[in-house]
Amino acid sequence: MYAQMIKSTGKGIKSLDEMEPEERAFQERIDAGGKIEPKDWMPDGYRKNLIRQIGQHAHSEIVGQLPEGNWITRAPTLERKAILLAKVQDEAGHGLYLYCAAETLGVTRDQMTRDLLSGKMKYSSIFNYPTLTWADMGAVGWLVDGAAIMNQVPLQRTSYGPYARAMVRICKEESFHQRQGFDIMMKMANGTKAQRKMAQDALNRFWFPALMMFGPSDKDSVHSAQSMAWKIKMNTNDELRQKFVDETVPQAEYLGLTIPDETLKFNEDTGHYDFAEPDWEEFFQVLKGNGPCNTERLAARNKAWDEGRWVREGLLAHAEKKRSRKMAAE
Amino acid sequence: MSSPESSEYDGTEAAPHGKARSTEWPLWEVFIRGQHGLSHRHVGSLHAADAEMAIKNARDVYTRRNEGVSIWAVEASAIAASSPEEKGALYEPANDKVYRHPTFFDIPDEVGAM
Repeated sequence: MYAQMIKSTGKGIKSLDEMEPEERAFQERIDAGGKIEPKDWMPDGYRKNLIRQIGQHAHSEIVGQLPEGNWITRAPTLERKAILLAKVQDEAGHGLYLYCAAETLGVTRDQMTRDLLSGKMKYSSIFNYPTLTWADMGAVGWLVDGAAIMNQVPLQRTSYGPYARAMVRICKEESFHQRQGFDIMMKMANGTKAQRKMAQDALNRFWFPALMMFGPSDKDSVHSAQSMAWKIKMNTNDELRQKFVDETVPQAEYLGLTIPDETLKFNEDTGHYDFAEPDWEEFFQVLKGNGPCNTERLAARNKAWDEGRWVREGLLAHAEKKRSRKMAAE
Repeated sequence: MSSPESSEYDGTEAAPHGKARSTEWPLWEVFIRGQHGLSHRHVGSLHAADAEMAIKNARDVYTRRNEGVSIWAVEASAIAASSPEEKGALYEPANDKVYRHPTFFDIPDEVGAM
């Protein structure tokens, strides 16, 4: 998802009997559906895991602005441009909500930014794919935001209060994103032959990367159990992926587009679609930094940070000067 | 590595960031009045160099969809907060003062609504 392959620091899950009283009270509170707030006691692993997860999620929102920002100046109409601009601005907002939530765990914004820029912290693999045509704006909104929603809706119930509250705000806005994407796809799919071809091509390129967003198969996902016990992960990767496929296939049929998977078939026995797994080797390569746009994405973030430095420092100096003048006048 | 997207920036290596900035902009807590007649409610936080910028940023981050008619921004360092350990001392004394609730008193039906 927007946070993939989060390494758990715990050494497997302890039973309540093995826990010290503090930790047991903590786990029992979570089991009872209670929320953990910033100043409450929490195990070190819970804090570290959450910083990684929320930080990676925040970075994904910020880096996620780049593939779409790519099309703001080339949107086909002024209205589409205004809508895309609003959407990209929302992504910045989502990043900020999440950074704030992570900061309540004791990490600074600067530290997280530095760790993104140096490549130490990751962001979702999906944003390392290029957006080649306007139809990609449709596919990103429909599939990428659609996949994100699958993961974010349950996270509104996550155990960490500030994270859950950020998710509530994000989910309210995310639905606009998916619908604007589907709206673009409808327009393209019902347009000229060339437009329909572009729409199909966008679906072809984004289908498997979208499936990868949910992370590796449960059988290969070694960090899930502890995160699920802590309720910082609410569903398994495969559960969410299946849900996404089940909801998306009929939408593609409505558009008259073909999902690029010859094995895709509704299974009467399970009531779900059977589908092909994405190429996990490609996924691990993209996470490692070898995707089509990894270098460009990080370079763009580094450039923004470096070139914005004089602004950040200048405004801080100005604020200090104003403060000292005000104090001198009093 | 070449990329299918055009970019004017040709830097291929991440720049060093070890000591890029030692001071961050201060953290501000943001409170929004949703509509006239309601009190301000905490909605989140943000970083800003000064109060004016905090209000402007709060407008952009927290009221993009008409969520408010008024914003307060308070530097987080200026907020005093109770700690979870004080929970018992602060709130338990209220538990045995049930007479503070109107339902403590039985008023006969014939008196009517009160």
